[in-house]
Amino acid sequence: MSDTGVPEGLPDEPTDAPASPQRVIGTPSPAQARTLLGDGAGDGDRAQLAPRELPADPGNPQRAKRAERIVAGLFIFSLLASIGFIAAYVGLEVGSVDAVLRSNLALGLSMGLAFLSLAVGAVIWVRYIMPDVELTEQRHPLASDSADRKAFKQTFEEGADASQFTKRPLLRRTLIAATVPLAVAPIVLLRDMGPLPGTTLRHTVWRPGLRLLAYGSNRPITPAEFSSPGGMITVVPDGYQDNPDALAAATAIIIKFQPGVLVFGKPSQIQGGYVTPNWTVDNIVCYSKICTHVGCPAALYEQTTHHILCPCHQSTFDAPRGAQVLFGPAPRPLPQLPLTTDAQGFLVALKDFQEPVGPSFWERG
Amino acid sequence: MTLTEKLLDGTGSWLDDRFHGAKGFRTLFRKIFPDHWTFLLGEIALYSFIILLLTGTFLSLFFQPSMTEVTYHGAYTPLNGVRMSEAYASTLNISFDVRGGLLMRQIHHWAADLFVAAIMAHMLRIFFTGAYRKPREVNWLIGIVMFTLALLEGLFGYSLPDDLLSGTGLRILEGVLLSIPIVGTYLTFFLFGGPFPGNDIIPRLYIIHVLLLPGIFLALITAHLFIMFWQKHTQMPGEGRTNTNVVGQPTYPYFMAKTGAFFFFTFACVALAGTFAQINPIWLYGPYTPAGISAGSQPDFYMGFLEGTLRVFPNWTWDIFGHTVAWNVLIPALVPLGLVFTGAAFWPFIEQWITGDRREHHVNDRPRNAPTRTAIGMAVVAFWAVFWLEGANDVIADHLDISLYLTTEIARYAVFIAPAVAYFVTKRICLGLQRKDLHLLQHGVETGIIRQLPSGEYIEETRPLTDEELAALDVKPRPSLPAPAAQAALEVPPPQMRGGLGRVREQLDRVLTESVPIDAHGDGYGAHGNGHGNGHPDGDAEAEHAALPTGGDQQADGSGDDAGGGPA
Amino acid sequence: MSFTWRRRPAAGYAVVLLALILVGAIYATITGSGESAAATTPTTSQAEIAKGQQLFRLTCATCHGLEAQGTAVAPSLIGVGSAAVDFQVSTGRMPATGPDAENGRKPARFNEAKTHAIAAYIASLAGGPAIPTPAEVSTSGADLALGQQLFISDCAQCHNFDGAGGALTYGKYAPSLTASTPTQMYEAMLTGPEAMPVFNNTTITPDEKRDIIGFVTETRSTPNPGGFSLGRVGPVTEGLVAFLGLLFFMVLAAIWITAKHRKTADE
Repeated sequence: MSDTGVPEGLPDEPTDAPASPQRVIGTPSPAQARTLLGDGAGDGDRAQLAPRELPADPGNPQRAKRAERIVAGLFIFSLLASIGFIAAYVGLEVGSVDAVLRSNLALGLSMGLAFLSLAVGAVIWVRYIMPDVELTEQRHPLASDSADRKAFKQTFEEGADASQFTKRPLLRRTLIAATVPLAVAPIVLLRDMGPLPGTTLRHTVWRPGLRLLAYGSNRPITPAEFSSPGGMITVVPDGYQDNPDALAAATAIIIKFQPGVLVFGKPSQIQGGYVTPNWTVDNIVCYSKICTHVGCPAALYEQTTHHILCPCHQSTFDAPRGAQVLFGPAPRPLPQLPLTTDAQGFLVALKDFQEPVGPSFWERG
Repeated sequence: MTLTEKLLDGTGSWLDDRFHGAKGFRTLFRKIFPDHWTFLLGEIALYSFIILLLTGTFLSLFFQPSMTEVTYHGAYTPLNGVRMSEAYASTLNISFDVRGGLLMRQIHHWAADLFVAAIMAHMLRIFFTGAYRKPREVNWLIGIVMFTLALLEGLFGYSLPDDLLSGTGLRILEGVLLSIPIVGTYLTFFLFGGPFPGNDIIPRLYIIHVLLLPGIFLALITAHLFIMFWQKHTQMPGEGRTNTNVVGQPTYPYFMAKTGAFFFFTFACVALAGTFAQINPIWLYGPYTPAGISAGSQPDFYMGFLEGTLRVFPNWTWDIFGHTVAWNVLIPALVPLGLVFTGAAFWPFIEQWITGDRREHHVNDRPRNAPTRTAIGMAVVAFWAVFWLEGANDVIADHLDISLYLTTEIARYAVFIAPAVAYFVTKRICLGLQRKDLHLLQHGVETGIIRQLPSGEYIEETRPLTDEELAALDVKPRPSLPAPAAQAALEVPPPQMRGGLGRVREQLDRVLTESVPIDAHGDGYGAHGNGHGNGHPDGDAEAEHAALPTGGDQQADGSGDDAGGGPA
Repeated sequence: MSFTWRRRPAAGYAVVLLALILVGAIYATITGSGESAAATTPTTSQAEIAKGQQLFRLTCATCHGLEAQGTAVAPSLIGVGSAAVDFQVSTGRMPATGPDAENGRKPARFNEAKTHAIAAYIASLAGGPAIPTPAEVSTSGADLALGQQLFISDCAQCHNFDGAGGALTYGKYAPSLTASTPTQMYEAMLTGPEAMPVFNNTTITPDEKRDIIGFVTETRSTPNPGGFSLGRVGPVTEGLVAFLGLLFFMVLAAIWITAKHRKTADE
């Protein structure tokens, strides 16, 4: 090997280590005098630690021998476990819950044990078979010395001068100006990620005459059928039952009350507090299921307290009083969907919600 | 030479001819790594990340990141005939129709949980030992960035199967984005490609989750590790360990073996977890529909903090001039998390400013030796814990039979009370532990040997601390600004101590460096009470308070000027 | 002030004991806090009305009134139907033993014959929903896909995706469905016990009820292929396991790897 000019090594390179004699692997190391690491100038009054080289053999040979047997056993166990893993993969089918249970157990157990025994074996090896050492290495101050700093500064300034960057303001300023659109362009490119919101959030797909279907069974509902006080069911607009985008805004619940429980009056958009009478049918009221906090389905209905509870963050709405907020982080009542019946007697929407459903947004007003 | 030796020699020469590596690798092989179990917490995170890469690659071979609706016909019979997205169907397929698929899914998810848990533990360790101090501030900042990204990575990852639970999480994300003033609706529509749920969110999260964020992680992890290599690891105080050396075992072969073993431990841990502990059983949740929700819906634990903030906050909104500002969502989503992370990011610099300590620190503090810092850290942990618990409040209410609203009411007060209590209690504990150390220093270690003096009195023999024990106590004056007495002697105070700001700084420094001084006489809890002999007269009353210690080394064997004292 | 008592060996145990008592006292004050049980709705029956009336007068009339007309502490049972009675009595909720926020499931006091007798008596007063026949609750041929959809949109928000139950307000809760028989599930949907809404047979038809029941029974008996279910509660228990199980295990491994050796003679 030819010796080329050696560039700067890593910072903890010992600067004045004595040259070590060329050794071939396998010759016994010389005792003592050879230092492993640089001459440490110890700090303060603390004593410097012995030893300063790696011993070749462990201090306790019997313990090491015992440990070697244990480690070998562990490695063999690991080998068997790995083979077990392959066997389990090949031999065990999946395709039903029970089969997956067996396969998962076999594959996972064999893999886990294979790794675990490897790990334990390796640790025992280090702790009991490798000789115990504690060595010291010197740190060097991280700050470069002032000569180096000055030299760097000089190089930097020379380069800056040579580049003329500092001396020619026209060049400099136009360069900086040129980079501005480059920085902005990637943001501009993202514009087509989605449509502009426009007024989309202000409306749902509900429109006059659109039937309410029970979600799942997709059957239209008559008041005569939905007649038990204390009843509640999730409803979706007819034709949109398989449209998640529409459902995310239009899903609603209908609740049937005993006569005299609903508190009728004129609703106020912000405070709520009343149920609009000509939006109900036969003491059946319809509220949006989309919680006004952050949009979870607010579906938990307590028949006895007449409370609608959203399970996400516990916003609670008072169903007889226009779903006004009783507790929790929701800022406004659940919007009420105006109901009426069609010619066949099924419950239909009278018109769309009269306010945006769901969480608050800047343009909501 | 044997054949092996020839091969090694040949390979080594071949590489060295091309890369000039002999010196560098030799230095690397001899590099010393200090030993303490807390130094392995970061490794847990590192190896979890590697396991995530490996299992994630497997999963990506089978997962379909598409929201196109299909009808399921597969091994999981209760969902046969149900319409669901391809993402969900392919996850069912991985779980039930791919051998090892469920195992890989579960290992992946457990490794993700372990990844974030380990990051939290690691970050706390760094904080409590002061390892973020110069020269490691940049690494601390990189760590905080990685923590934030890990939260996002996990959130996006568990949302990919498009099941009911994680879909609800995306719905909440949408609601949070909507609340942002001015740009909220635009951000939402751009992210989801239209109104929620749209058709784009799963494929977009997928590419962020498997390409963008892992790429950033790889770069940051490399930087994080490289900086740690370059600056060398810190070490705990101990015999022979100074600020200018590193004591431990060399990389080759010791550290390599130990860290390799730890990797296998990590893999074994998550593999066995994936075998015995079911996680994210999406087939039970069902596919996502905006019309349905489950009781007890929570995100993965590392997002529980934000879930708690959303639950606890009262419903404040402003409706002004036709616009709505949803404080009830904005504040919980941004402020607590923002406070904690910004505070953490600025902390090394705040501490530097207060204490004026700009030296390099390579020896860790014992947490008890920085009582105020430790107390502040525990206060933040308590703050975090309150929100964490509140995020699970319906599960807690159900299982521990506590009224649901009461949990939220308690949390609303606990947010302020718990950190204060944690601060106070932690600080007293630290000071108490310091006093215990001081006691050891002054009176030695009790040996359990009882002797009877000629006078008839029984005393317990004590022995002085060994050098090793003494070093481990890490007794030294705390760094700080000049003591008040010294300052008063100056006619013109140093620039940083002048004016109102200077006075504030001085006060903060007094609090921050409060510590039991090492030259205090008396035990701190009684005038006499040291059990053997008369003791010496009490030191200044000031010695018990936040006076800055004025140096003075106490030698272990010189602890006795004990007038009545027992044997040294 | 002397603090030497703090140095006694027992002091540590005393502090722990005190802390336990304190935590227990705090817990006791905040648990079980809720209002008294709200009204329940029983229902109709078939034969053995007389026997049912006798049993009713012995056990139920003290709260529900001699003619089942209701009193201050219990609602009227007139018109609730045999299904409601069967549900409440067969799940052991009735007779209620204490004024808790909600009557929970407990071992049934009466056997099936007596339960049906009481149910028949109540039904004879004014009709109401009837106990379903075995055919009506048989889940063979049930459409599990529809059952899943209905369950997710109308049941899971209270009972959880797996029927593991969930919290309601003021100490009430939606119970776990693991012990519920198909008949009891049918009756509960039909009669809406306590805070549960009423899902009558024209809103969720008997077929749909069977689909829901089929889905619940199928899901709860599905084994857990991934290992222990951790209660099928979700990420809360998973997070606990991640910290107390996984991280703890790794910390133990780390402590072992870095532990110092005991010094032996030759070192």
